[in-house]
Amino acid sequence: MSTETLLGNEAIALGAVHAGLSGAFAYPGTPSTEIMEFLQETAAREAGTANAFVAQWCANEKTAYESALGASYAGRRAMASMKHVGLNVAADPFVNSALIRINGGFVVVVADDPGMHSSQDEQDSRWLADFARIICLEPSDQQEAYDMMRKAFDLSEKHEVPVMIRITTRLAHARAIVKTGPRTPQNPVRKADADMSWILMPAIARKRWRELIEKQKAFAAISDGPDANPLAMKSGKLGVITTGVALPYYRENLADLVASLGAEPSHLHIGMYPMPKEKLRKLAAGVERLLVIEDGYPFVERELRGILPFASPRILGKESGELPIDGELSPDNVRAALGLPEREGFAVKNLVPPSRPPSLCTGCPHTDSLVALKEVLRDYPLHSVNSDIGCYTLGALPPYSAVETCVDMGASIGMARGASEAGLRPTVAVIGDSTFYHSGITNLIDAVSHRTNMTVLILDNGTTGMTGAQPTILPSSGLGNLVRGVGIEPEHVVTLRAHKNEHAKNVEAIRRELAYEGPSVVIMVRECLEAVKKARKA
Amino acid sequence: MKYDIVFCGVGGQGGISVSVVIARAAMAAGLQVKQSEVHGMSQRGGEVLAHLRISDKPIASPTIPRGCANLILAFEPLEALRYLPWLSRDGAVVAATAPIRNIPTYPEIESVLAEIKALPKAVLLDADALAKEAGNARAANIVLVGAAAKYLPLKADAIETAIAENFARKGDAVVSANVKAFQNGRKANP
Ligand code: SF4
Repeated sequence: MSTETLLGNEAIALGAVHAGLSGAFAYPGTPSTEIMEFLQETAAREAGTANAFVAQWCANEKTAYESALGASYAGRRAMASMKHVGLNVAADPFVNSALIRINGGFVVVVADDPGMHSSQDEQDSRWLADFARIICLEPSDQQEAYDMMRKAFDLSEKHEVPVMIRITTRLAHARAIVKTGPRTPQNPVRKADADMSWILMPAIARKRWRELIEKQKAFAAISDGPDANPLAMKSGKLGVITTGVALPYYRENLADLVASLGAEPSHLHIGMYPMPKEKLRKLAAGVERLLVIEDGYPFVERELRGILPFASPRILGKESGELPIDGELSPDNVRAALGLPEREGFAVKNLVPPSRPPSLCTGCPHTDSLVALKEVLRDYPLHSVNSDIGCYTLGALPPYSAVETCVDMGASIGMARGASEAGLRPTVAVIGDSTFYHSGITNLIDAVSHRTNMTVLILDNGTTGMTGAQPTILPSSGLGNLVRGVGIEPEHVVTLRAHKNEHAKNVEAIRRELAYEGPSVVIMVRECLEAVKKARKA
Repeated sequence: MKYDIVFCGVGGQGGISVSVVIARAAMAAGLQVKQSEVHGMSQRGGEVLAHLRISDKPIASPTIPRGCANLILAFEPLEALRYLPWLSRDGAVVAATAPIRNIPTYPEIESVLAEIKALPKAVLLDADALAKEAGNARAANIVLVGAAAKYLPLKADAIETAIAENFARKGDAVVSANVKAFQNGRKANP
């Protein structure tokens, strides 16, 4: 046993390693990225030793999830980690994996981003765990994040289901001291039994689905039992339910709350789902008001509230306005919900500090690509530039104002294709190399199949820049062959150097491809500056 | 004892790494710490924020409640203003004077500095000049730590050791420039 100071994401990674992890798979995405970074550092140190394990970046979250599933099939403990919207990409294997007989422990770690620090939505993954009908664990601090990884693998093997660990930004990106435990040896390779439980044909899937429904009773018994979801009944009229990181915010205000109420509230902390129904009933029976504090959507609150309003106790939370319905929890909004007076700081008197949004790095290759594209588009009053998820999304802001949409990974090519089919001309898709490998290629196949009149600009900087410059899954030198391979005509696959010295040449080439009536691909190549810096440091 | 620090600045100024250095010094002194950072997108030039809580008792929230920060350490003056609602009534602000004007709406620098000067406990210093004087233009963040040292619940020697350890990988010249930067900061706010 030793102590270490760990970021929440590092605590999760180390917890997995100490629980006997054999294979980890991920696609970068804030706030989940450091899990894989930590695992890769550890794996590199332990390569060639008896503890050696695999930690790999993958093309996208779906491929990561499926690789982890294969490792579980082989009998070993495996995990996939991703940000919340990544689970949408992996939703197909995720939901179906609940029906197979998990062999080696399987854990999916999903990092939600309430407040959207670096995301396009703030969806709450607890809903997806509930939808798939699996167990979900939600740590409240770094220590619990470490401990819960072992618990998650054990539960997964015992009940033969995937287990989700759901965290939010504040847990992922805060550091605290963590006590670590002994390291469990890895499972030997032991293929899943040949009992058809990994073959989801309808007749088998129907049987597996019944079994999963049956398992819910066992899950509920753990949730309502002594080892999860502690309930403390007290004399106060107020009951408080916290989940995940709401617990430390509640504790931060507890002394003041007890002083102001004159009695300690009854308290239920939920760290495991499905929800502990018996404990909830017991708590509700003993209080007049019930405040639900949870980071993310009002998941617990809505389930409690049902459709008809309760007569007693009164349920308070996000839906009733005690807590904000969007954004993340803070010690301050929890304090207000507890009815405690605001603590005063200082105010800025004579000016309003303007916000300072991030911008593309000075000298970023994307700027040169966007400036060249803008110049060509000046000739076309009606045009559409669909973009994607990456640093280049910042090209939507002044001074570039060059791209017009950003919806989900890979959407640029599909949307540009649809816009073109709908009659908008010219249409351009702007997508990074990493995003192209993640989800762009399938849309390009559609464009080839239908000979859609559109131009795809692949901004090839050899990296996933936005999440801290992880290398792209394949060397980008392969991009040209890939797009030619799916059938883009070789004379309409153009590779250019994204640099201002090449501006005139680039403008001319882009102009030519926009004029071409069919699918064309322009690959703009130059390395991300952050990646260059990172390589220099290493 | 409980001591809460807000670190704020602009991406690339080294604000988050400084918060980690102080956290290490606190732990070496046997104290509890919780540190929380806002990782936005990794591009440069946006706001950067870290919270560090130090205590001799267990710490609950990883973030600092409003009105509770004992210190705001600002690597850029406008950023200091953004977090004034977190400053406690007897808290201090230690801020660099040099503005980073990477937004078109940056206010008059005089009015920004005037807001800071109007606070009960505020220290403004030209951290860049003191860093250059120490031999490393990039050590302005360490100068600010030096200027805040007398407020921190840690011995100056312990912070200096943590700084030296932090830069040990980069060789003796970088270590001694950063230690000098720390001392320059201390001299600026004795
Ligand atoms: S991190 Fe790389 S891709 Fe992103 S803005 Fe900076 S240079 Fe460009």
